[in-house]
Amino acid sequence: MTVSLYVPLASPVHRAPAGLKLGLLAALAVALFVVDRPEVVGAALVVVVAVGLLVARLPARSLWAQVRPVWPWLVLLLLFHGVFTDWRTGAVTTLRLLALVVAAAVVTSSTRVTELVAVVEWLARPLAVFGVRPARVGLVIAMTLRFIPLIAERAHRIREAQAARGAARMRWGILVPLLIQVLRLATTLGEALDARGADAPVTPPRRRAGASTS
Amino acid sequence: MKSRDLAYIALFAAIIAVLGLLPAVYPLGSTVPITAQTLGVMLAGSVLGARRGALAVLTFLVVVAVGVPALSGGRGGLAVFAGPSAGYLYSWPIAAFVIGVLTQLTWRRFNLAWAMVANLVGGVAVIYAIGIPFVTVYTDASLTAAASSAVSFIPGDIVKAVVASVVAVAVAKAYPVIELPRRRPAAG
Repeated sequence: MTVSLYVPLASPVHRAPAGLKLGLLAALAVALFVVDRPEVVGAALVVVVAVGLLVARLPARSLWAQVRPVWPWLVLLLLFHGVFTDWRTGAVTTLRLLALVVAAAVVTSSTRVTELVAVVEWLARPLAVFGVRPARVGLVIAMTLRFIPLIAERAHRIREAQAARGAARMRWGILVPLLIQVLRLATTLGEALDARGADAPVTPPRRRAGASTS
Repeated sequence: MKSRDLAYIALFAAIIAVLGLLPAVYPLGSTVPITAQTLGVMLAGSVLGARRGALAVLTFLVVVAVGVPALSGGRGGLAVFAGPSAGYLYSWPIAAFVIGVLTQLTWRRFNLAWAMVANLVGGVAVIYAIGIPFVTVYTDASLTAAASSAVSFIPGDIVKAVVASVVAVAVAKAYPVIELPRRRPAAG
């Protein structure tokens, strides 16, 4: 199965509903961009880190892993504003970004993927106006999660087959066979979905124009 | 939207994720990594077309947001959507859509040249047109400073546009997926 960034623990933060956590995260994001006093933004950062480490009891390592990629940005931002604007603005911008990234990491580490997918389905409900069916949104996400290891495995197999034929240096050479295999798979999968009633309102089968597909 | 389209969307979202697993290339000893992930974005647009391509990229981003570390370098979660470079991520579905529109417009005479046009406009120009101003707004930096931080990525992106175009043309010949509405009405 696909790995996720979820850290299974029993804490009040883990038990809180996913929708609430995402709502608070969104509210924090808005609040942080309205406030521009370094001490307030700094306090928000301290609170967010405390919630992550002490209340949710997440290992510092798993939070750091998600914060690390923005580290160069933080340094650059601080230096840029320190030199060209002023250090106060630099501090606010850097702290604000760090607080937001840590808060997002706390939500991600404390919420199961399935719960977040349920929230996505719920968020997709208003889109029904445009003909989007929320259940199908969930279905597509679930299929994607299942297909990531499958496609990684197929890519690996194609590369091995090519290496066996002496084409070890063909870096992009796997793309065409991989895509064609995947497109074939999609046709089979579409039929399997129809057979299970995913295509609820029955549409008569349409004849394709020219293109003969095997 | 037919079930097969849902399958295309899910499978291409997964392909974009798998391309992120490929180790980054550092050409000519530079410090700027070339990752294959935007290659997946370009392929989604030029193989699936505008709507399905954009939805595949959107699905990929949702999967990243719900906590699968599928972005290149094993990044994932909501945190990646909060940084200054998040604008590039937000630009991806739009990029795939623009590539898809250009591909569909030229589909009847689709060749390497048209594929290159689609991928360079949609996969390079659109991404920077959204990503660079986003950095500027986010960091209060000047537009030129933000643009100069992006310049080093452009050669790699052009390489990817070429690769995506070659692959898209090969796939279009072997297994065409884009269906255009027929010009003549009735008689169908």
